[in-house]
Amino acid sequence: MSGAGLDSATLFALTGAILIGIGVYGFIVHAHLLRRILAFNVIGSGIFLMFGALGFRGAGNGTDPVPQALIITGIVVALSLTALAVALLVKLAEEEGGATLPEEQPGRGEAE
Amino acid sequence: MTAPLPGAFPALELLIVLPLAASLLAILLGGRLAPRIVLLLGPAMLVVTAVLAFQIQTQGPVRVEIGGWEAPLGIALIGDGLAGVFLVLTAIVMTAVGVFAQKPFGSEGAETTESYTFWPLYFAMWAALNAVFCGGDLFNLYVALELLTLTAVAMVAYGSTRAALRYLLFALAGSLAYLMGIVLLYSATGTLDIELLARQDTIEATRMVSGALMTAGLLAKTALFPLHGWLPPAHGSAPAPASALLSSLVIKASFVIIVRIWFDVMPDVAGTVFVQLLSILGAGAVLYGSLLALRQTRLKMIIAYSTVAQLGYLFFIFPLAGGAAAETPWAAGAWSGGMFHALAHGLAKAAMFLAAGLVIEALGHDRIDDIKGIARALPLTMFAFGLAAVSLMGLPPSGGFLAKYLMLTAALADGQIGLALVMLAGGLLAAAYLFRPVNRALAGDYVPEVAVVTYWRQLIPLGLALLSVALGIISEPPYDLLQVGRSKVAVEGIDD
Repeated sequence: MSGAGLDSATLFALTGAILIGIGVYGFIVHAHLLRRILAFNVIGSGIFLMFGALGFRGAGNGTDPVPQALIITGIVVALSLTALAVALLVKLAEEEGGATLPEEQPGRGEAE
Repeated sequence: MTAPLPGAFPALELLIVLPLAASLLAILLGGRLAPRIVLLLGPAMLVVTAVLAFQIQTQGPVRVEIGGWEAPLGIALIGDGLAGVFLVLTAIVMTAVGVFAQKPFGSEGAETTESYTFWPLYFAMWAALNAVFCGGDLFNLYVALELLTLTAVAMVAYGSTRAALRYLLFALAGSLAYLMGIVLLYSATGTLDIELLARQDTIEATRMVSGALMTAGLLAKTALFPLHGWLPPAHGSAPAPASALLSSLVIKASFVIIVRIWFDVMPDVAGTVFVQLLSILGAGAVLYGSLLALRQTRLKMIIAYSTVAQLGYLFFIFPLAGGAAAETPWAAGAWSGGMFHALAHGLAKAAMFLAAGLVIEALGHDRIDDIKGIARALPLTMFAFGLAAVSLMGLPPSGGFLAKYLMLTAALADGQIGLALVMLAGGLLAAAYLFRPVNRALAGDYVPEVAVVTYWRQLIPLGLALLSVALGIISEPPYDLLQVGRSKVAVEGIDD
């Protein structure tokens, strides 16, 4: 990395970092919950990409297999959480006809 | 050590395998028989945790390398005192709630949506909790924590979709931050095993950043002020058995990981600023949560905001640990006090939510203004509520008293007057917000007409509340268990 230009691992890691940045931006600025769930997935992809790139041991040494195993597990976890989130979102849209969460008044909570 | 059996008994493995198998079995058996599984599994889990506690007490910390694969490649389970007490708490609360839920989530002859869907979630939550409490690998903890979140969010969805989504969004953000911390830590150290990490000397900056990311993520899941916004609607609107599990156990899981990170993995990089930040957030939680609890109009919302407040105390262990080791006769007084607080709160809060659930069953609502005289219709239930309140306020001789006493003496001996004042104020505020519903329940002189609530179900919150009080009287066995394999940092303090 030190001044010798970008090798491919660094490029992948930086791409991952950029994806994380885009995802965080999306998560914060969008109130629509589907966009937030998508942003969550973009951040997740960024993290996985970065993780994979950080497992690169340099040319000729191959890659560390542990991050790959962890990434696969992580993808499964992210997939199931996304599925749950989308299912809840569909239910919310059916119940209330919208897909955003209004700011709640502190102290009063959900009315029953 | 008479028989070789307890030493070889695979207690840690069974604590995860049994509920996971029960979860799958519950799907296979369907909603008519699934509720009955807990009547077998509950006692079995109590026995297994008792054996584990005995193993830990007599042989010291247990460490199991799953499948014989050693770290860093394999995944380890650790059974030390910290894991032991929380596993016992989980077994007690889970069994009690499982028996209680036979009615709202049971089946009378025919399968219902509730009786079919609740039990797989319930058993999976049990497995996830146990996996978090004895997990020895940070990534494995991540997976267990996500399974826990999945089940917890689904349980909240029984009450309110909106609250469940709000909870899930906080949890998603938290899990990404935690995952990012893991990625950085692994790339710097090449391992995620807690014991190996504790021995590693990597660059302080990397560990600081990854520790901060993991902690931030876990704080969102623990709902420490100011990240508590999701908790009251979620815990307040879920069905009573689910609220009891969420408030007493689920939020403790992410807290235990924070303790593992800062007391076991990287105590040397914490620094004064970080420790003070946690204690300020904790103090904010105690005061803000208590004040909002005073304003609530529904019984379950009071209990939920009380959880926000009581969580704050847990974070006082970071500035207080070790500070007064020389002056107090108990080693690690503040640390043990914090853990006792988690245990006493777990028992008391489960009792309160179950009691509130019975009030709702009897009246059809839990509006404080309209529960006048309920104590005469459900005397056992309100007695349980009152006993749990005694422990939450920290009145002697309850477990809550012992916890606050240990932390308060540590704070005073260490000269942290501000924290001591917050603790005292928190106790007084708890008395105020818990007195309101008790006062209304005792008001009037007639017996209100209510739906029938069976006698034996009123005994469950009573039992939990009695245990919470008894924790202060019979405190030696859990205290001794807690000290096994305790981090040295708990005695010496994080700061230095």
